[in-house]
Amino acid sequence: MSAHSPQARMEARWGAMFAAPALLLILTILLAPVAVLIALSVTDYRLGAIAVRLVGLDNYAAMLADPVFQRSLRNTLLYVAFVLPAAVFGGLGIALLVHARIRTRTVYEVIYFLPVTSTLVAMATVWQFMLHPALGPVTPLALSLGFGRIDLLNDPDLALATLALIGIWQLIGFNMVLFLAGLSAIPRELYEAAALDGARYGADRFLRVTWPMLGPTTMFVTVTSTVTAFKVFDTVVVLTRGGPLGSTETLLYILYLEGFQYFRMGYAAAMTVVLLVFLAGLSILQARVIEPRVHYA
Amino acid sequence: MRESGGVRPGRVLGGIAAHAVLATGAVVMLAPFAWMLLTSIRPPEEVFGAVFDPIPSRFAGLENYGQALGASNLPRAMLNGVIVCCGILAVQLLTAIPAAYALARLRFRGREPLFGLVLFGLCIPIQVPALPLYIALADLRLLDTYFALMMPFFLTVFGLFLFRQSFRTYPEEILQAARLDGMSEFEIVWRLATPAALPAIAAFSVFSVVAHWNDLYWPLIVVTSSERATPALGILAFRDAETGGNYGALMAAAALITGPMIAGFLLARRAFVRGITMTGVR
Amino acid sequence: MLSSIAKSFGRNRVLEDVDLAIEPGEFLTLVGPSGCGKSTLLRIIAGLEGADRGSVAIGGRMVDRLPPDQRDVAMVFQSYALYPHMTVAGNIATPLEMRRLTLAERLPLIRLLSPRRPRVMRGIMAEVRAVAETLQIAHLLDRKPAQLSGGQRQRVALGRAMVRRPRVFLMDEPLSNLDAALRVHMRSELAELHARLGITFIYVTHDQVEAMTMSSRVALMDHGRVLQLGTPADLYDRPATLAVARFIGSPPINVLEGEADGAGGVRIDGVRLPIAHGLPAGTRITAGIRPEALHPAPGRYERPVLRARLKRAENLGAEWVLHATLTGAGEAPLVVRITAAEHDAALQAGLLGEEIALSVTPSGTHLFGADGARLPVRQREAVGAR
Repeated sequence: MSAHSPQARMEARWGAMFAAPALLLILTILLAPVAVLIALSVTDYRLGAIAVRLVGLDNYAAMLADPVFQRSLRNTLLYVAFVLPAAVFGGLGIALLVHARIRTRTVYEVIYFLPVTSTLVAMATVWQFMLHPALGPVTPLALSLGFGRIDLLNDPDLALATLALIGIWQLIGFNMVLFLAGLSAIPRELYEAAALDGARYGADRFLRVTWPMLGPTTMFVTVTSTVTAFKVFDTVVVLTRGGPLGSTETLLYILYLEGFQYFRMGYAAAMTVVLLVFLAGLSILQARVIEPRVHYA
Repeated sequence: MRESGGVRPGRVLGGIAAHAVLATGAVVMLAPFAWMLLTSIRPPEEVFGAVFDPIPSRFAGLENYGQALGASNLPRAMLNGVIVCCGILAVQLLTAIPAAYALARLRFRGREPLFGLVLFGLCIPIQVPALPLYIALADLRLLDTYFALMMPFFLTVFGLFLFRQSFRTYPEEILQAARLDGMSEFEIVWRLATPAALPAIAAFSVFSVVAHWNDLYWPLIVVTSSERATPALGILAFRDAETGGNYGALMAAAALITGPMIAGFLLARRAFVRGITMTGVR
Repeated sequence: MLSSIAKSFGRNRVLEDVDLAIEPGEFLTLVGPSGCGKSTLLRIIAGLEGADRGSVAIGGRMVDRLPPDQRDVAMVFQSYALYPHMTVAGNIATPLEMRRLTLAERLPLIRLLSPRRPRVMRGIMAEVRAVAETLQIAHLLDRKPAQLSGGQRQRVALGRAMVRRPRVFLMDEPLSNLDAALRVHMRSELAELHARLGITFIYVTHDQVEAMTMSSRVALMDHGRVLQLGTPADLYDRPATLAVARFIGSPPINVLEGEADGAGGVRIDGVRLPIAHGLPAGTRITAGIRPEALHPAPGRYERPVLRARLKRAENLGAEWVLHATLTGAGEAPLVVRITAAEHDAALQAGLLGEEIALSVTPSGTHLFGADGARLPVRQREAVGAR
């Protein structure tokens, strides 16, 4: 069909018509806001202000010098560092164990995935109750195990770790499902060839077959877990509101405060740009660097 | 993988150890749910000391759930959840399906750049355009409305990407036969291509509904009144109003809010899992 | 080596009382239609599946309790099962690494602590290179499987098996993933390999051409049983059952129903074939006639011929294949295979009109009783002229 035949023109018209609404949405909800965001970040705009001034990179400079921002960045990185290994390797470990079960497999799959589908705000409320020093079961449990009398959410040293544990709780089932899909895709013949070659121990089978074949899945799980961990927000709002002593103030929470409580839009925009760079960078890393290096059988 | 040689003692031990680990993890996974449900049927006077006496002596479920439903804006919040999720999903499907079809099967000017924009959008989380959108809505005096709640999510680059993937696998010959029969392209999209892509659409719908029912960030920003509260806001408000108060009712409220998601998951497990882990299908 | 193997999957009896004694150094093919149990049998020999009943012995040693890697066997899978993340060299080296390095020496970081590891690895790599050169893939040692063609991957799989110097080579339909031309080439290569190595090959395929051309002996299986074990010639010239005769041979054998007549012969469609069988008159007999045992003959003839209507003639260059149907009751189809020269002569003699007469050569005819087993034949006469 030539490019200008009646059919081709019809097709082009239909195509444009079908795509138009989505294109409109992309322009208004994606492109325009991102452009405005970048523009805002170099102003000192406050919501409702009449006069707006261009301030160049002052917002960014202020951000880098701001101890609150630095602390939130540190907290977020700590949080991610805590959550990531546990969520990825925990998910992998659980998946390996569940994959080998025959009769109880569905039961475990359901149980571990339950936290993923639930409403985190609601479950965080439950966790708050469970962690209550006088009312919840966690404190007496810790006491009986030999730990001292601890109040997890009110202890500046422990609060972030507690949030991280809840984050792991919510994430591990998701990773498990992804790993299970990856495990199911490994051809059985590879394991048989390994058995014939002498791989009798589980460690041999894991090193020679399972781990290499899970490469793409592992990469994917790592990136999505990192992105999810970066965006931690719900638990902070419900459980600690950034306290105690700012030990659980994370990037997104600070951003929320700046933009929607203090209405310092310009400053918040700059923070959003930083967040964007982090998150978009991770996604691009996965698409460009990691996926092409994946080997296919 | 079966091996010859029969069942060795080592294998049995390994199986037991695996179950031990899995079961311990399962207990941790289930603990909050169990606690939530138990507390929700516990009378208020038994909340203190519940740790030592897990089973409540009398069934107080009716009181607690009744209070959760009656003395708060929970029913309103849940209704809003339904409205918002349905509204978002409807617009998402109505805009994304035709556009994805066009991207997949029709040649038109700007197709490649458009798909490039879709890929670009996949890297941008919702928190990024949130700020400018909020300002725009504030200027238009549209804050605290259903429209404000739904608007940013009308666009789903994820849906576009996913449906395009699905439409690409539809056999070209059927489309050509339909065109020869005189079907308009519009009909083709909705009567031929869409039914074939139903698994992907169903999975996506699950993903969308769950994500927006559970969402906190955007509703927290745009909603200030209790009439427009979404489920997440509903439980948050209840908690803030009940500090130190009725934990039984609070847990009942939590159960009510997250209940539909859990129920849906248990009933349509496969669709749920496929939908929520869809982000893996690149 | 295999005695009384029985195996079921659930309610599915896959193997039933299989007894096979395999000679050392021979090339034995297990052939049969899909689902006949041949792959399962191979996997039981390898140790990847366990038999419900019966035992396996290799080289006089009972191996039922031994894991696959201790049975002194090597296997080439249908999909080759190469480790995709390792180079060709790594793939071939794996069995040797498993054998010569301890578990600790194989773990990623800990293995750096072993002093003897570099030396062992050097020895291994030398052997790998030697094997690769034998298979002419030495130039591919640094490539990954994804970068290789089908034929090259197969050689790597062979190399990985050969490097173990096994006592038995097991192959599960290794040629079915290759295109036709490559398959023919690899058939002769495998046969040469067998001749060179001199070890026992057990080969599984559903392709009877492979079975017939490569093996020293063939075991034809169906529904979990061994129907016949013998040389390719045995199976072709002296099929034990009707099923065997049907499976071997292309185009497939012609099957005609008839009955015994009192004077020691078979009546098919009114035509009497004087092939002595010793059964009483009236017994149902099935006759299998090879396509090349039928020849066009003049109609008026003193010997009995089969009369048929010619439907179609296919010209294959060096041969012609005629498709006809028997006139008379039954209208059974007949397939005839003749050389081009014979065809041209018959055409000239006017023998290939709409109606043709076909003479039957006794050596290409086999009689089977009601149970499918072959009937012994006492004497044969040529029927028709040839």
